[in-house]
Amino acid sequence: MYTQALNTAETDDRGLEDAVRAAQFQARIDAEERIEPNDWMPAAYRKTLTRQISQHAHSEIVGMLPEGNWITRAPTLRRKAALLAKVQDECGHGLYLYAAAETLGSSREELVDAMLAGKAKYSSIFNYPTLTWADIGTIGWLVDGAAIMNQIPLCRCSYGPYARAMIRVCKEESFHQRQGYEIMLTLCRGSDEQKAMAQDALNRWWWPVLMMFGPPDATSQHSDTSTKWKIKRFSNDELRQKFVDATVPQAQYLGLTIPDPGMTQDADGHWRYSEIDWTEFKQVLAGNGPCNRDRMAARRKAHDDGAWVREAAAAYAAKRAQRQTAQAAE
Amino acid sequence: MPTANIQVSETPLVLYALRRADDALILGHRLSEWCGHAPMLEEDMALSNIALDLIGQARELYSYAAKAEGGNNDEDKLAYLRDVRQYRNLLLVEQPNGDFAQTLVRQFFYSAFADLYWRAMMTSRDTTLAAIAAKSEKESAYHLRHASEWIIRLGDGTDESHARAQRAIDHLWAFTGEMFAVDDGERALIHAGIAIDPGTLRGRWLTTLSDVISEATLRLPENDWMQQGGRAGRHSEHLGHLLSELQSMQRTFPGQTW
Repeated sequence: MYTQALNTAETDDRGLEDAVRAAQFQARIDAEERIEPNDWMPAAYRKTLTRQISQHAHSEIVGMLPEGNWITRAPTLRRKAALLAKVQDECGHGLYLYAAAETLGSSREELVDAMLAGKAKYSSIFNYPTLTWADIGTIGWLVDGAAIMNQIPLCRCSYGPYARAMIRVCKEESFHQRQGYEIMLTLCRGSDEQKAMAQDALNRWWWPVLMMFGPPDATSQHSDTSTKWKIKRFSNDELRQKFVDATVPQAQYLGLTIPDPGMTQDADGHWRYSEIDWTEFKQVLAGNGPCNRDRMAARRKAHDDGAWVREAAAAYAAKRAQRQTAQAAE
Repeated sequence: MPTANIQVSETPLVLYALRRADDALILGHRLSEWCGHAPMLEEDMALSNIALDLIGQARELYSYAAKAEGGNNDEDKLAYLRDVRQYRNLLLVEQPNGDFAQTLVRQFFYSAFADLYWRAMMTSRDTTLAAIAAKSEKESAYHLRHASEWIIRLGDGTDESHARAQRAIDHLWAFTGEMFAVDDGERALIHAGIAIDPGTLRGRWLTTLSDVISEATLRLPENDWMQQGGRAGRHSEHLGHLLSELQSMQRTFPGQTW
């Protein structure tokens, strides 16, 4: 979508962002109305959403890489087809999300360029490597499981295009989550070697997955305004706790041990986890995770290697348009 | 030893199904290598989609080959436990992806054939093959449209894309003859109305090619030397590497359920 098509000129924000409009905007949010692309919105709301939606889109696209790493090695034809379809779904999510972000006035190209330049973030979880087939099961079970916890409340996000994209994304993610769990179940019912592979994957992914919910509430930068604007409806720690409570019984059913010897269940039934190593989180965020450089290199290579193809498509489209104009003039 | 290659009794019908299954699997595998690395997200989606169709075709054809064989083989044993000399696919489909032009020209040559082939196979007296053909024909028609549009865009795009597309055509041309070859076993199946004679499709295949390639301002090569051997398990060096990746899990952890 071309950004000119939408009523998002900067002058709008500059000239008209007054107290009255801001109050009307907040009243609409409080009344649970959806904000649509052509509606007036505060510049900061637009900026926050553009950042969040585009980061989400980048995560889907970078997230294709760790799982894509196993498409050519999936152990059966059924698993191969399912994994390929899954990674293709992630790409589709990326496309919807870029489209949702474009309704806020930034083009896909600009957003992608920011990511390739290292200026925009994507989910840190994809900076960990997929070493064995059990990692594919674990990503589906835990990474997609955590994503669902984060995304279900987003289906009610105040921004209409994002909320609607999330409804479709969540349906597919929940299918992926069940598929991942089923891979784990098959491994856990298999040989000792397969079960050990499953446990090893859980050991490596557990803590990074808990970090997916973001920093603890006490230190989170964006939560306050996002909550006021109903972009965010639960805090990082609330969602993390929900996820842990849902996941512990699933691990028990698989016969796997969560790699947290200090974990206890309190009187209310909540599973209390040990302290998370936020130093690791910060390091990965700063670019020092095991795969940050590989992921960026892979995305940049695809972009650079594909440049001549995109140029050819654009050149052909221009020639064709020219021919059509010439024909119409005859 | 469970890691050993399986043996397949290649009756004419088993071999026939196996050859088409291998074509579909190997080409599907090649296309799946693009997933996450394509020039634009729309092509990540499209190439994965085509790969999924082909892997789906392969699964049906392997299952049918296993059933026709009547032993203990199944789709996964046929795919994962035969070595390079037991694979029966066309040399064309195992050729590496190369650049986007090479991938799309390979797809174009194959899909232009597959579209005609599956449509013709819908009249097979073998009801399973006819049913697989009915489904595959619809898929191949879309694959052909997608590839044709790209050949035209690349050929009539920029100087660079034109040169790359022409290079891919010149490089892959020698692998197209194999699609139309028939051996004695297949001749018997053709005679029985189970298979069709691919030689009868060559004229229309060439017309499709010429139409698209001339619209793309490209040209077909004049040399008519054709490489052969894939159908008999004499492959290029590329296939062994592809199989070592494809089969790595089944070879490393033999006999397990995944």
